[in-house]
This record gives sequence, C-alpha cells and structure tokens, in this order.
Amino acid sequence: MKKRTFLPECYILLVLLLLYLPIAVVVAYSFNDTKLFHWAGFTFDWYGKLMRNRSIIDAFFNSLKLAALSSLSAAVLGTVGAVGVSRRHFRGRASLENLSLIPIMVPEIILGMAYLAFFSFLRLPMGMLTLTLAHTTFCVPYIFVNVKARLTGLDPAITEAARDLGAGGIRVFFDITLPLILPSVMSGTLLAFAMSMDDVIISFFTTGVQTNTLPLQVYSMLKTGVTPEVNALCTVMLGAVFLLVAVGRLAASLRRGLGGSAPKPPQFFEKN
Amino acid sequence: MAETILSLQNIHKTFGTAEALSGVSLEVEQGEFLTLLGPSGCGKTTTLRIIAGLESPDSGRVLLQGQDVTDWEPNRRNVNTVFQSYALFPHMNVAKNIGYGLRLKKTPKPEISRRVEEMLELVQLPGYGGRMPNQLSGGQRQRVAIARAIVNDPAVLLLDEPLGALDLQLRRQMQTELKALQKDLGITFIYITHDQEEALNMSDRIGIMNAGKILQLGTPDDVYERPQTRFAAEFIGQSNILHASVEQVCADGTLLLSFAGGRVKAAGTGHPGEKLVLSVRTERVRFGAESQYGFALPGTVKAHSYTGGMLRTTLLLPDGQELTVNGMGGGHSRAGVGESVQVYWNPACAVIVEREGTP
Repeated sequence: MKKRTFLPECYILLVLLLLYLPIAVVVAYSFNDTKLFHWAGFTFDWYGKLMRNRSIIDAFFNSLKLAALSSLSAAVLGTVGAVGVSRRHFRGRASLENLSLIPIMVPEIILGMAYLAFFSFLRLPMGMLTLTLAHTTFCVPYIFVNVKARLTGLDPAITEAARDLGAGGIRVFFDITLPLILPSVMSGTLLAFAMSMDDVIISFFTTGVQTNTLPLQVYSMLKTGVTPEVNALCTVMLGAVFLLVAVGRLAASLRRGLGGSAPKPPQFFEKN
Repeated sequence: MAETILSLQNIHKTFGTAEALSGVSLEVEQGEFLTLLGPSGCGKTTTLRIIAGLESPDSGRVLLQGQDVTDWEPNRRNVNTVFQSYALFPHMNVAKNIGYGLRLKKTPKPEISRRVEEMLELVQLPGYGGRMPNQLSGGQRQRVAIARAIVNDPAVLLLDEPLGALDLQLRRQMQTELKALQKDLGITFIYITHDQEEALNMSDRIGIMNAGKILQLGTPDDVYERPQTRFAAEFIGQSNILHASVEQVCADGTLLLSFAGGRVKAAGTGHPGEKLVLSVRTERVRFGAESQYGFALPGTVKAHSYTGGMLRTTLLLPDGQELTVNGMGGGHSRAGVGESVQVYWNPACAVIVEREGTP
C-alpha cells in the first residue's frame, strides 16, 4: 500500500500563509491601539478617524462613481461587441478579437501614458471625464471575453429558433440572447468594477488635480508613512472585495443553473 | 393533383469554395409528408435552411404559397422548424417556449394559454407547462420542440433530423406519432433524415439527395423498387450491382443480357451491344433447382449467415463474382453450402441504374 504523506497539505498551507499573512497583519494592525509596531490593545479608533477623514471619503465616492460609470458603460460596449462579433463571420474576425484583448495585455504604464498623450492632444480637461473614458476602455475586454465565452457555448440554433418563430433581430437579442448571457455580463462587469476600483497607474496618468480616487489617496498617504488609518481603510476594502467575490460566485452558479453547456472560464492576464 | 404549397427553383448555394447545392428544384404539395434522404453533407440541411430563410441561396427562387419569399427574413415566413438539437429556450419554461411564437404575434394572453394547453395535450405532455427544458428527457424535449413549431399553424413544417438523438425504441414510437400528427393536422411536412427506414416508413414522397442534387423523387415504393441511379440503389436497401451488356431486346419489353458468362433478363429498354449497370435487390434474387422466369445462371452456394428473421446467402457465379441473397429464415429453399443451384429473378426486379457513357 502507498504510504500517505502530508506533503500536499503542508504545501497548500504554506501557499495560503504566504498569501494571507501580510493581509492578516494589516487587518490586525488596524485594530491596534498604537501607531507603533507592538500590540497595545484592541481599538476601533482608526475606523472612527477614517470615517471623519473628508479627503478619504471624497476619494472613496469618486472611486465608486468612477467604477460604476466605467464598468456599466463597458458592459454595454463589451456585450454589444461580443454579440455582434459572434453573429457575423467576416475576414479578420480573429484578429479583431485578439486586438480587443490588448488593453489587458499591454503594461498599464504604457496605457496610462497613451491615454495622457491622447487626452492632452484632444485638450480634454483632466478629471472625472478623462478617468471615466480611460477606465471604460480598459474595462471593455473583461466583459467582452466573458460574454464571448458564453456565446461560444450557446447553441446557435436557439437564436435561429427565435427568428424562425417570428422574432426580429432586436427581439431575439432582448428575449433570448441577453437573458442567456446575462450572468456572464454580470460577472464580467463585477470584475471590471473591481479592476477600476483598485487601479492606480492609469488613474495616476488620467486624473486632474481636483479629482482623487481611493487608491491614489492611499498611495499619497503612504508617502508619509504607514498609518493605522490606512490599515483600517485596507481592511474595509478587503471586506468589500470578499463581498464582491461572493456575489460573483453567486452569478456563476446562477449561470450554471440556466442550462446550455457550461462555458470555459475565460483566460485573464494578470494585471500589474 | 393537390395544390403546390412550396416550390424551389434551381437553387444554388456555395459555402466558400464548397458547393453545397447545385441546382435543387422541388415542388411540394399541400398536406404531403416529403422526406429528403441522403448521407451527411449531401445538402439536405442546407435546403431546409434555405426554405426557413436561415441561409440565402446564391441563385434560384423559393416560392411559398405562390409568393416569392427568397429575400424574406425567417421571421416573416410562414414556415416553422423543428431543430435537430431541439433548440428550446433554456431560460423559459415549457409553456413560455410553446407560446413564444404566439406572443410575438401579439395573441391575447388567455388565447395563448389555451393554445399552449391544447398543444401539450396534443403532444401528450399535459401538465408539463411549468417545467424547464433541462428537467425534460430527450423525447419530451422533442415533443415540446414540435409543439412550439406547430402551435403557429405554419404552412410548412420543416424537421431537421428530429429523431436523430433518440434511442431506437423511442425513435420508432415517435415516427408513428409524428406521422399520425401530420395526418391529423394536415400540415405539410418536409422531413430530413439519413435513416432510410425512417424515410420509407413515414413519407408520402422521398427525395434522394447526394452531392447537392436531388437524384430521384418519388413514393417510397418507387425509390425502393425502381432506383434510377446507382447511388439510390446502394443507399437505400441492399442491392446487387451487375455490369451486363445487352444481347437482345425481347418482344415482352424485357432485355436479354449477357452477364457472368450466362444470360439474365431485366426490365427496360436498350439496344444490342449496349453496356448497362443493373441493380437487383438482394431479396429479389431467387435460387433453386429450376428457374421460373426463362433464364438462369449456374451458381454455387458459398455461405449462409443467419441474421434473425433473414437468411443471407452468398452465391458464387462461374466467373468468380458473388451475389447476395436475402431470404426469409424459414421457408426459403435451403441449399447446403457447396451445392450447385440455378439463380434467377423476376425480370421486372432488375432495374437499369446506369448506362454506358452516363456516369
């Protein structure tokens, strides 16, 4: 009989430890009753301070607005694009699809510079508008890839059946296609939302002096040293991310419930 | 003759460089059950999709109830399709699926639910309206797909290998039900299959397709007993294909031909010296001590194989060619292996399927 070893379990434990230990430290320090690095007792003070910090709250709402606006616009653009591309066969379709993924692959610093140069060329005032434009652009591929994968898994006869039964193009989209791809649209939008929410580099290049986003705010606070206030902020954001992931999983399980072949999970290239 | 409901006029269709249809013409009569039968890739599904409007032909016209619908979108055509994959809407329950076509026509809601209930009765799924498609078995999905199409009262119902995914027993049962349904409703069916038994069993007329053409169109009896091409003879049923040459044209309208060192008879016309290809169905070949049709080939029984209801015998002819004979397992004269026999058939059952110079 094969001898059982605990090597795999130890390995997984090690990986998890590496992943979550730094985060755990941040969470712990957000409740530490001192600015120094020893444990001085439990407190919620830093959360209180965080709530009263006007610039953080402003930056938070800016980020929220920006992420919502850009992920929703990207959802419309990406969905319409994916549906359009999958409906028609034309020369260069594959290249077009690859081209649309480039924003995910190109280093963000280059994208940021490109946006900056482009917006300056157009003489657009840097601020919420330019931020939204830039974020929408880099959000589109996340939705496009997700929806495209779902459409590939759908039986084309389903939309043909709807046309056969008397539905025109618009009806087919709203009655059949959209309900079937909606879970993918949602999970793609959530992912885009998260990407927009934590973006530093592109925002850094495309924002103006008036507008600050949360990651930029954190970044500027860190320049003057880590304060437990930042730890508290990180903990709050972490909680929000866990919540988002949970909603995403829910959307995915909803999609499985809807029948049709389960689409392959889309391949994402790690940002940063 | 019944009224023509659909006619295809010289349809051509090419995908890239591959020619899918090369000149398909077809007249379909009101209320008939017409089957397009052929191997995969013969163009039968393309023909159906062109009728439905899901593909548009490169040239040729489609006339539905006398109207040229060639350039019409599928949603404007009064035809409905039962897809091979059923193509039920996975996010709608059975009742919504069936009622979808009526909903698009802005039928009042109570009317829709009444018609849906009727349809569920008709396809023997009463009470299934609230189920989702993924809660149904293959046969049940098939019934829903049929109900969803016929609830719209189409002029022509197109069925693309609708029973292909079902197991044999269910397929037989659905064949009977479909045929009965078609007779009851009087709807014209255009049915696609590659299953010859299904085609022979259900159809009023069969169109045999190969390589983008309709080779022969006729009643099941016609295409089975009198195949006009070698392809038809070999694709449906089992045939012996004989290469023979005409010796004499007889007064009774038959031909005397030389074949395998002997003489055989066949129905048809020809002139002496002409080389022909004949098809004789395996169950039409007889062998025994004495011929009943005024000709006989000497042969030897090479082997028997028993296949349930049938006894298959291989006969060896003097020149080394072999003939296959299918006979009833019981009453057939059962010559032993190695025994010499006389081989013959009813001349009417030997059909010319190819002439010299015409491939």
